[in-house]
Amino acid sequence: MAELQLKSLVKTYGNGFKAVHGIDLDVKEGEFMVLVGPSGCAKSTTLRMIAGLETITGGEVRIGDRVVNDLVPGKRGIAMVFQNYALYPHMKVRRNLGFGLQLRRTPKDQIEAATNEVSGVLEIEELLDRLPKQLSGGQAQRVALGRALIKQPEVFLFDEPLSNLDAKLRASMRVRITDLHQRLRQEGRPATVVYVTHDQVEAMTMGDRICVMKDGYIMQVADPETLYERPANAFVAGFIGMPEMNLFPAVLTREGNIPCLTADGQTIKVTDGLSHRITTGDGPVTFGIRPQQLHVVAPGTDGAFTATISHIEFMGHEINLHVRLGDAQLVAVVPTDSFDTHFARGDRVGLRPSGSHVHLFDAETGENVSLGQGSN
Amino acid sequence: MAHISEVNVQAAAVPPTEIEVKLRRQRRISATLRYGLLVIVGLIMIYPLIWMIGASFKTNAEMFSSAGFWPKEPTIQGYIDGWKTSTPYTFGHFFLNSLWIVLPKVIGTAISCTLVAYGFARFDFPGKKILFVTVIATLLLPNVVTRIPQYLLFRELGWLDSFLPLWVPSAFAGDAFFVFMVIQFLRAIPRDMEEAARVDGASTLQTLIYIVVPMLAPAIISVCLFQFMWTMNDFLGPLIYISSVENYPVSLALKLSIDTTEAFNWNQILAMSVLTLTPSLIVFFMAQKYFIEGISSGGVKG
Repeated sequence: MAELQLKSLVKTYGNGFKAVHGIDLDVKEGEFMVLVGPSGCAKSTTLRMIAGLETITGGEVRIGDRVVNDLVPGKRGIAMVFQNYALYPHMKVRRNLGFGLQLRRTPKDQIEAATNEVSGVLEIEELLDRLPKQLSGGQAQRVALGRALIKQPEVFLFDEPLSNLDAKLRASMRVRITDLHQRLRQEGRPATVVYVTHDQVEAMTMGDRICVMKDGYIMQVADPETLYERPANAFVAGFIGMPEMNLFPAVLTREGNIPCLTADGQTIKVTDGLSHRITTGDGPVTFGIRPQQLHVVAPGTDGAFTATISHIEFMGHEINLHVRLGDAQLVAVVPTDSFDTHFARGDRVGLRPSGSHVHLFDAETGENVSLGQGSN
Repeated sequence: MAHISEVNVQAAAVPPTEIEVKLRRQRRISATLRYGLLVIVGLIMIYPLIWMIGASFKTNAEMFSSAGFWPKEPTIQGYIDGWKTSTPYTFGHFFLNSLWIVLPKVIGTAISCTLVAYGFARFDFPGKKILFVTVIATLLLPNVVTRIPQYLLFRELGWLDSFLPLWVPSAFAGDAFFVFMVIQFLRAIPRDMEEAARVDGASTLQTLIYIVVPMLAPAIISVCLFQFMWTMNDFLGPLIYISSVENYPVSLALKLSIDTTEAFNWNQILAMSVLTLTPSLIVFFMAQKYFIEGISSGGVKG
């Protein structure tokens, strides 16, 4: 196992399109790093550059103490799991697993032993003599995982490995992969993992740290909690969390030391601990509040915006209340048992943001200006 | 199970309604008509072949006296005499000659076309577009146009009256049609398996041999099959390049018996024609299932 470093990594395609804009990323030894972002954010391109399947236009990929820019994929000490499994269709599972070792001229008995060990770990012993077309999606992905595991690589690369599975299987595979990572760590052979996904649930539940990407830039690298609680910018804030964080334009003023925010002509005072976090002067900002932190109160209550209900979604244990505040569409998540069932479309409600969870972002750059001094 | 059989019994016991009977009758009539027509057209198509096989067992005298294909006094004299031929060589010798042309040509085509198609389909290199256009252009060029320059070229090389002009061009991917066919097939195969192989440590050539070729098998088998049949049937090529009887392949040898005999022994000619057809038919039926089978399915989720 080794650490992985990307230094000013750049990818420009033949037609001049710049996909990756000089990104820097350190993945520590044994760390589970998730690259997440919307489609087209170059997360897969970055992964493929680490793998050696895509040429590197500029910068450096370092695995352990080696710069691997000019090494072929097979010599980089990596293993990769593909989105559509990419099992060799004409080889039985056993040979699929052992193919990499066979190419390295590993003795047959060692391949056999390794195959047995890996198939035991992944519970695919009974599949060893089947062809890939005789496997279900989940089984095929386990074999693909086994093919990576058997090589004992320095770095594991996962390219959206669960996207082709149904929701239930995805959840169980998620647990399986995380378990495996924990287990290898406990056994003293921690696995360095780079895992690409567009699914933020996967990112949040699996990653030790998450790297959020957009348009070939890194937006923020942090552990899941920090990413959720202290997003570095409006993009990360909106991308992480379900439902999305409410983001709408507002104007910041101060009354004494108390910050006041005006949106849709309504001004509210935000107390509980926002004031000392703000690192910007008065002026237009983007107001950010998670739907779970927007409390429904009576219209006209102090510290609450008054908005109009546009849609009510019953989700089971909670209710998504869609409201309109001027031009902005907001969502508040309310636990079902505390929800007033008399509410209907068109009703006016008060929405009080919980001050300690309010985020303010620079209206121009999107930078979070409510993280307090000395932190980022 | 008991339940199911009871239900079936009950269902069978219910007499079919009038409409059901009518529909069933209509279906039967339409099926009879369709199959009847297909059988008749099929028979018309295959009749010359059947007639040829029947006639090869007739005597020369009977051949023109009856139109039916069934011989009145079946004889294999045509086969015996035809096999001996009017030359110092038996027909077996000509079969071997054909084999020495077909074998290297088929193997050479399979290897060279796969290599060239793999290059075009999977790699970027300078001048790729122009080269590809050139390949396609040769596809559009009528064969006859290149005959004379080719003849002159092979004469300079001293290859006339040998098998070389007949197979060497094909062994260097000279048949653009096959290259194109394999390229199209390759384009439909996702690259992931090849990338997985590269990550597994396979070189380009290893990837080709261990991963691409097995997935290409249906296409390669089709190429071999076409090449085999076309070469067996090729008349013009051997006619131009091969001058001594010793080197004749079967296609020329068949004509030989027409040339050299004063009164044509049609039964011998037909008997040998039947034999000449046999390898193509056997190979075709053996390889038929690979034509259809797409081996790439299953490895990648669609």
